[in-house]
Amino acid sequence: MTNPNNATISTVHTAEFTSGHALQIPTLRILQDDGTIYPGAVAPELDKETALKMYHSMSFIRVLDERMLAAQRQGRISFYMQCLGEEAATVGSAAALDDKDMIMAQYREQGALRYRGFSLEQFMNQLFSNEKDLGKGRQMPVHYGSKDIYYMTISSPLGTQIPQAAGYAYAQKLRGLANVTICYFGEGAASEGDFHAGLNMAAVHKAPVLFFCRNNGYAISTPANEQFKGDGIACRAVGYGMKAIRVDGADILAVYQATKMAREYALETNEPVLLESIAYRLGAHSSSDDPSGYRSKEEEEQWRKNDPISRFRLWLLAKGWLDDEADKAQIEALRAEILDALKVAEKVAKPGIEHLISDVYAEPIPELERQLAELKAHIRKYPDAYPITSGRMS
Amino acid sequence: MAKMNMLQAINNALDLAMAKDSTVVCFGEDVGHFGGVFRATSKLQEKYGKDRCFNTPLTEQGIAGFANGMASQGMKPVAEIQFADYIFPAFDQIVNETAKFRYRSGNEFNVGGLVFRTPYGGGIAGGHYHSQSPEAYFAHTPGLKIAVPRDPYQAKGLLLASIASEDPVIFFEPKKLYRASTGEVPEEYYEIPLGVAEVMQEGKDVTVLAWGAQIEICQKAIEMAAAQGISCELIDLRSILPWDVETVVKSVTKTGRLVINHEAPLTGGFAGEIAATIQQRCFLHLESPIARVCGLDTPYPLALEREYVADHLKTFEAIVASVKF
Repeated sequence: MTNPNNATISTVHTAEFTSGHALQIPTLRILQDDGTIYPGAVAPELDKETALKMYHSMSFIRVLDERMLAAQRQGRISFYMQCLGEEAATVGSAAALDDKDMIMAQYREQGALRYRGFSLEQFMNQLFSNEKDLGKGRQMPVHYGSKDIYYMTISSPLGTQIPQAAGYAYAQKLRGLANVTICYFGEGAASEGDFHAGLNMAAVHKAPVLFFCRNNGYAISTPANEQFKGDGIACRAVGYGMKAIRVDGADILAVYQATKMAREYALETNEPVLLESIAYRLGAHSSSDDPSGYRSKEEEEQWRKNDPISRFRLWLLAKGWLDDEADKAQIEALRAEILDALKVAEKVAKPGIEHLISDVYAEPIPELERQLAELKAHIRKYPDAYPITSGRMS
Repeated sequence: MAKMNMLQAINNALDLAMAKDSTVVCFGEDVGHFGGVFRATSKLQEKYGKDRCFNTPLTEQGIAGFANGMASQGMKPVAEIQFADYIFPAFDQIVNETAKFRYRSGNEFNVGGLVFRTPYGGGIAGGHYHSQSPEAYFAHTPGLKIAVPRDPYQAKGLLLASIASEDPVIFFEPKKLYRASTGEVPEEYYEIPLGVAEVMQEGKDVTVLAWGAQIEICQKAIEMAAAQGISCELIDLRSILPWDVETVVKSVTKTGRLVINHEAPLTGGFAGEIAATIQQRCFLHLESPIARVCGLDTPYPLALEREYVADHLKTFEAIVASVKF
């Protein structure tokens, strides 16, 4: 008999529900808070160079976040988003990828971006929307993107990158590339229709995507228990016929190990994998948010002990790959370097008036040329009202 | 040249595009083995394999998102939305993603080569969920291009130009003409440029402007007007975004009158945009108010479709009123 329903039929003769919590997915933990490996766990194979690159990416982001939130508070940039508490999730996963695997992120994945090689100057140029910003000053701070390092430009609408990742990975497969796409999103974004659309399409069309859910407990103020009733996000993979793995998102060795395994599997089978990182968004949602209105200091303090960086630091120190004093000095130097780069970037000019209409289409359409000409004539009449562009129009 | 109906012309265009360029991929609901509910993708899976022509799950937002992702990788997805009435779950992916992909990334990434094909419009007793003409929603979105063919020859040339375009295109296919409209179509590859209107018939008294399935309705109205000694200039706009302002301006400067016809409801319809631009550009040449002959501001009806539509009689009346004003 054919099976048009694509559903396994194992017959029972008594009505009985399957529990909505029948499936509980375990959490992979490798590195303990004191920097030692859990009994029975095996640390993934990591060479010193990679391990240090991971560490330095995390500490770079930690200092950058601290400095740029302060810059926002000083009114130097309009907006900022930290990834405090989640550095290991994005750095550890990015480290397990090939440099040409596409990264499609949500907005809190600066760790992955740094690991890929986005420079301090590039961060600053984007944050200050100046004329050196790859995005030409068009998007709010933290909407990074770079074709050269395979990091898709961030889009504010939540979850839209999920079906796009399915399509991107399908294209990689059709072209015969030995690459996958990683797609980051939060547990809140997993409520969007695009989550369902993207995971289902990736599974049905066999697209090598690593769907990486950063379950950090909050979507702005909404806690995860008001977001969904199932057991986390990972269990949903089973509904799509997809493999899943859940990791402690503050444990960079576990994240690295899980992502590496998922990547190998996806590449070998062209099947997507859903990874769920369990961590805590220690900072506010963004510079416009104040968590004291919806969660307690006690809760935050409890999670602060779970710091992903200090754990890995202890592991590196124990291995003799990191020198305590030298590292502290390096972080101090980094603070100064970031401040210097900030001061340079904030003085760089904004994009010229021509970039108001460029890239809407591959070539500006006649109506846009007409509108720009009209606008320029207006600016020439009132130059003082448009100081950014009036002095530098051709 | 071969005699084709519009579906055959579209199928032929897809076939040529897929043969010419291995990055062209067709997908959508029932698009694979079945060839689409209207058969526009007939035999393509057989010819190019399941990887390049396939069924998708029932998820318009998924189809659009998948297409965005593929195009951003450099491929040329031609995604079918089974009916334009069902394009709205994909609205976010199209309006916020497709349209802004190049702009928001500063040209780091783009989705040029992406085409959404979708059957639109009434005349098939489809009621309000199989008859809508949603072009105006998308025309309000910078970054998109929109084309609408009126016959098989136009359909093939405009679709091939859409696939070759460096910008994403929504290609609205007048489904009532799928089989009803037939004509001679070259068998070889050719493109009809986007953003260029066509003066189909020259005239001196009044300009009549339409696109897609409304062209043949306007042709009937023009014949009636001609019998009364009114000389009409007929323009097929062909592209809604960008639209060919200069061709319309030139025509109205000559005739001094403009009647715009579209299937979609009057309020917020694209005729309003055209009227605003033309009154500004041609103010001193206008002999009468610009007239709009459109659908009523109601959902598309079923039993009373004939009463609702912007038919040839209403168009004829608008032409006469414009000339006699």
